[in-house]
Amino acid sequence: MNIANLAPLAVVLPFLGAALAFLLIRHSRSQRAVSITTLSVTLLIEIFLLIDTSGKGTTAVFIGNWAAPFGITMVVDQFSALMLVVSSAVSLAVLVYATGQGMTDGDEDGPISIFHPTYLILVAGVSNAFLAGDLFNLYVGFEILLTASYVLMTLGGTTPRIRAGVTYVVVSVVSSMLFLISIGMIYAATGTINMADLALKLADIDHATQMILHLMLLVAFGIKAAIFPLSFWLPDSYPTAPAPVTAVFAGLLTKVGVYAMVRTETLLFPGDRINTLLMVVAMLTMIVGILGALAQSDIKRMLSFTLVSHIGYMVFGLAVSTVIGLGAAVYYVAHHIIVQTSLFLVTGLIERRGGTANMDRLGGLAKISPFLALLFFVPGMNLAGIPPFSGFLGKLGLLQAGVELGTPLAYVLVGAGVLTSLLTLLVIARVWNRAFWRRPEDATHPDPILMATSDDGSAVRNSRRVSKHATGKFAGRNPVDLLPRTMVGATAGLVALGISLTVLGGPLFALSDQAAQQMLERTPYIDAVLGEGATEAAGATP
Amino acid sequence: MSVNITLLVIMGALFAAGIYLLLERSLTRVLLGLILLTNGANMLLLAGGGGAGRAPLYAADIPAEEYSDPLPQALILTSIVISFAVTAFMLGIIYRSWVLGRQDEVQDDIEDRRVASQSSFDAEDDAEVPLETTEFTPVEEAEEAPGAQRTITGTKTSKPPTEDR
Repeated sequence: MNIANLAPLAVVLPFLGAALAFLLIRHSRSQRAVSITTLSVTLLIEIFLLIDTSGKGTTAVFIGNWAAPFGITMVVDQFSALMLVVSSAVSLAVLVYATGQGMTDGDEDGPISIFHPTYLILVAGVSNAFLAGDLFNLYVGFEILLTASYVLMTLGGTTPRIRAGVTYVVVSVVSSMLFLISIGMIYAATGTINMADLALKLADIDHATQMILHLMLLVAFGIKAAIFPLSFWLPDSYPTAPAPVTAVFAGLLTKVGVYAMVRTETLLFPGDRINTLLMVVAMLTMIVGILGALAQSDIKRMLSFTLVSHIGYMVFGLAVSTVIGLGAAVYYVAHHIIVQTSLFLVTGLIERRGGTANMDRLGGLAKISPFLALLFFVPGMNLAGIPPFSGFLGKLGLLQAGVELGTPLAYVLVGAGVLTSLLTLLVIARVWNRAFWRRPEDATHPDPILMATSDDGSAVRNSRRVSKHATGKFAGRNPVDLLPRTMVGATAGLVALGISLTVLGGPLFALSDQAAQQMLERTPYIDAVLGEGATEAAGATP
Repeated sequence: MSVNITLLVIMGALFAAGIYLLLERSLTRVLLGLILLTNGANMLLLAGGGGAGRAPLYAADIPAEEYSDPLPQALILTSIVISFAVTAFMLGIIYRSWVLGRQDEVQDDIEDRRVASQSSFDAEDDAEVPLETTEFTPVEEAEEAPGAQRTITGTKTSKPPTEDR
């Protein structure tokens, strides 16, 4: 049996899990069991898929056995298989984290019970987008994940979330509209929406028309990926959502946009016509994003800005579009999904332990919880690109590709990449100095929970002892565990996964280079979908 | 391919009105704008499918060109369903926004305004560093004031007014 035929399960299983979790909405314990089991099984299948594709190369699955340009096709190549595995691993960690949070805080009823089904639908949408073999299925994947994300974004319906949610929904709908309009125009121009078929037919149409279609797709995906002039919505809306939701959004949603951009650039519109534009955009995204991060005092907002900034690195690799550059970009996407998510999860822990995520009010966390400090330090250094972490490896690959290209603009881009990396280090060091190293008393407005001590004068571990003294957040509330084991465990697992990207750096880089090679060649993808020799046949006709 | 000019004119009008409404500050108008835009996009898909023909039910003696293209219609159907769900959700959060604050307007991001208005001076980063930055105080002072040097940096530098909220 062909393992690649299991690919649709990556979409179907989360959907079934979501349906079941929705039925179990009154039984939170079985609901948790269902969603965690579903995601674990999905992850397992995707790992098999990855192993299978890394040996065999690109395979296509025809849903309902309809032949390629007509039916729905799902395509698994190294890039999409790697993205599937990373995204499912990250979503599983975040789900465990969220479950831990829900169990500790006792949110048994209320809108939180909708979290599990919605979350699974989000995962299904992400998988569908990664597997989609035609543009409209990609659009449907985007819509599934976006609709689920609207619900997660406004979970609980508090004023700040509704305010942020409105912006987020409107911006997302506009970008989806642009995508739909470009699909309509592409269909009118070529008569197909199958990506492999398009790869052959788009080359035949007029150059000016091609450019219009290309740019429209790029703008639509650019909004989703949060590339500089189109990134304004992200730092505005992400920080208000609950910590696990922000974490999974930051990790996955923008990367789906990047994934779609990579496909557009390599498969649909190959060639270097707009590479100069992409380079300028990458540079601006990196610099403007990180400068925004420097100004923030809220850690979540700061991380949202670094998220925008580091999307620039991926566009950098895409703009260079050599095997090394694209391979490094693929590796960087995997690295960034894991690291950015773990940083947001740690921020959630900081918020619980310190009562706030505002740097003006935090202090002394390194002393209060050394393990929390370690959990922040490792992904922080990883994001900044300090060796031996994976951020360094990815950035090194990108810089190498830039230098190899050797044009003046490429050198400027390399310089901007190094500068952004240094500024990221500065941003992370600021958080470290303020939230972890200085004494709580030195903060501008220290949070009372940080100053609270137990009867014997030592710092407290959980609010069972705090609630007697505290006046702020925990006064008059039932005692809660500030750092529940499940949440810390999930975060630690993700941080460890980030480190394993370094340990497995060699095979992973080989895999991503192979993925880049195949994407730039295009024939493996086209042949897998349309059958052997389709590329040559099309090349012969005009 | 024949193009239906009426469809195109209607589509243009829908897009124009939709974008105009989208730029308004009132949420209800933004929603109306989105609805018009979706319908415009649906029209575009329909126009992209070519001229109208026979219903696409296969019969052996009818040549392929006489059928109308069924694919755009399938796409439009999907897109209508999606936009229906999104519109319902938007109505929900607009209503919620009105319940919470009697607001039917796009709100400013307060934290963003605050960050934009604060001065570039940062007490922690930019304050003058004393020449003697050691954490170890001289032996005679050590007993009454552990860590005294650090408190001096914290208190003696004047804080800018925007630091206090």
